[in-house]
Amino acid sequence: MPRTLLDKIWDQHLVAQRADGRDIIYIDRHVLHELHAPHAFEQLQKQERPVRRPDLTFSMQDHTVATRPGRDDTTNPSGAAFLKAMREGSRRNGIRVFDIDDPEQGISHVVAPELGMVLPGATHAVPDSHASTVGGLGALAFGCGTTELAHILATQVMALKRPRRMRIRLEGRLGTHVSAKDVALRIIAELGVAGARGHVVEYAGAAVRAMPIEQRMTLCNLNIEMGGRSGFVAPDDAAFSWIAGRPFAPQGTLWEAALVHWRTLATDDGAAFDREHVIDCTDLEPQITWGTDPSQVLGISGRVPDPAAVDPSRRAAAESALSYMGLQPGMVLAGLKVDRVFIGSCTNSRLPDLQVAAEVVRGRHVADGVVAMVVPGSTSVKRAAEAVGLDRVFRDAGFFWGESGCSMCAGGNGDRGEPGERCVSTTNRNFENRQGPKVRTHLVSPATAAATAIVGRIADVRQVMSGYA
Amino acid sequence: MQPFTTHTGIAVPLIADDINTDQIAPVQAMRALKPDYKTLLFMRARARDDGSENPDFVLNKPQFRAPGILVTGQNFGAGSSREAAVWGMLANNIRVIVARSFADIYRENCLQNGLLPVVLAAQDADAFEQRVIAVNGSAPFTVDLEKQSISGPGGGDISFDIPLADRMRLLEGLDDIGLTLKHADEIGAWEKRIAAAQPWLQRARDNRV
Repeated sequence: MPRTLLDKIWDQHLVAQRADGRDIIYIDRHVLHELHAPHAFEQLQKQERPVRRPDLTFSMQDHTVATRPGRDDTTNPSGAAFLKAMREGSRRNGIRVFDIDDPEQGISHVVAPELGMVLPGATHAVPDSHASTVGGLGALAFGCGTTELAHILATQVMALKRPRRMRIRLEGRLGTHVSAKDVALRIIAELGVAGARGHVVEYAGAAVRAMPIEQRMTLCNLNIEMGGRSGFVAPDDAAFSWIAGRPFAPQGTLWEAALVHWRTLATDDGAAFDREHVIDCTDLEPQITWGTDPSQVLGISGRVPDPAAVDPSRRAAAESALSYMGLQPGMVLAGLKVDRVFIGSCTNSRLPDLQVAAEVVRGRHVADGVVAMVVPGSTSVKRAAEAVGLDRVFRDAGFFWGESGCSMCAGGNGDRGEPGERCVSTTNRNFENRQGPKVRTHLVSPATAAATAIVGRIADVRQVMSGYA
Repeated sequence: MQPFTTHTGIAVPLIADDINTDQIAPVQAMRALKPDYKTLLFMRARARDDGSENPDFVLNKPQFRAPGILVTGQNFGAGSSREAAVWGMLANNIRVIVARSFADIYRENCLQNGLLPVVLAAQDADAFEQRVIAVNGSAPFTVDLEKQSISGPGGGDISFDIPLADRMRLLEGLDDIGLTLKHADEIGAWEKRIAAAQPWLQRARDNRV
């Protein structure tokens, strides 16, 4: 019987069925961060349980680290306890830590793939909802909570119910200055914030195949914003060559053997999905959120909806979102004054994201009154960007150029906006108060964020780049 | 884990969809490794802009100050995987959440902590919501996991479905790691098998050192 790639990976990693009927799924790579791992380390210590496979586990310091140049543990005082507990718990258990001063420190979802820890057809777990970012390389990744994290440390498996299968086909060709971020926001707008609940999503179609790996990661990163259990793109030659030569990836004969297996990782023709969805991306324009959840999305030329005209079940949410965001029905967002622009996070902080933004910024200056920040997703990305002079481009334009970390995505490191500020951000959640109390967040692509910083108002990057703004 | 058999408490109507974990357990500018989970729960909604208590928020109303059951809408617990969003419930003695649906990770975090996530059939959900609103905290409801039913003022017992596996784990308060480690031999065998068939999966070494 034809099978989906999800089922192939699942069945291969199925160790046993537990007494309660759950599937025991082996986790090939487990990547931790300091916000949640310390509690799990403590739990295991109390129970006197060892970590089963410290050699398959990696610790990242990302959520609470300061971004200010010259940072240390004390730069963000409330992060210090997390960093210390992470360091100690990891060392006690023999887990390698990518510490705050490590030349390869960064956001777990950025570092793990760039160091070659993420492999096609492998399973991956992170105690973070954006775990499926690494699905861009064809890995099956699960986000989890703290207790489950302790469970994986002790057992190297997760006890899961087999998810349902969804395929989203992205057809057509993306226009100039339109990227995976815009596509993902459109998908969430169409399916809703719970649209993929209980499902693992396979992203397929010509538009996905044409995406470079970093954009596939952006696409898979946002899968959780429609409630998806996981999301991935079946790996292809683009993925294989992206991984080749990375420090933790197989080499030599091992690489050759892996490649033979990886080439089999595809959904069979005729395999059944529980749900399928098709989007033609050809005429897609840059997208932006207007509301307070990631499904409240508009094309950049679109108008803010009238709550009276939306589905009655969504009306109250739309009214509340408009009030929080300080918007009126029928408004066009382009032209609205902004206070802050943030480029970074596990969604959009890889080198190509920064390159796209730098192309928009080059030779221009951030508008007066706008605080603009770029925070690379890893120290390696930062170094690579500096090697080609992107830091100069951003700094000369008036951007803050930070040290790597999660930064303003959730503000867990103290990087936050001021009450009432309008912030255009390349992150993944526009929830109320997320980037600081009363901060009004609009989610966009790196290109749109860069254009907005320059204009000082929400901007259509296509117009900025053609000289019409 | 504390077993769950029955729980009796005041049912609090927080009728909205898509309540996310940023709302349930907000990230604070100055955070502690172990915050006070009791006050963390819905911290922003509980306070007005000037920091004073928001009397309009349901959990601040006198009749709901000692909650036991939360009643809410679709996709409860969306967003981040932070388990503090469950620990905050337990710290407030909320051991049952009756929602129209749950976000996947949040539901799992509930099960890991002995918090019963209940989803009622649509008609029952409407009826239960009406009863909870009508009784307005004046009398408690009892949720019985053994019988899979909710009883309380305003009508007859309402039964609910829950996957057998989840019910068993909650009822017995099973240690999840212990349950899995019964399969330690099979995990070891899987590792051996895959180390032969796909050796790159069992090896995550830095080739530079």
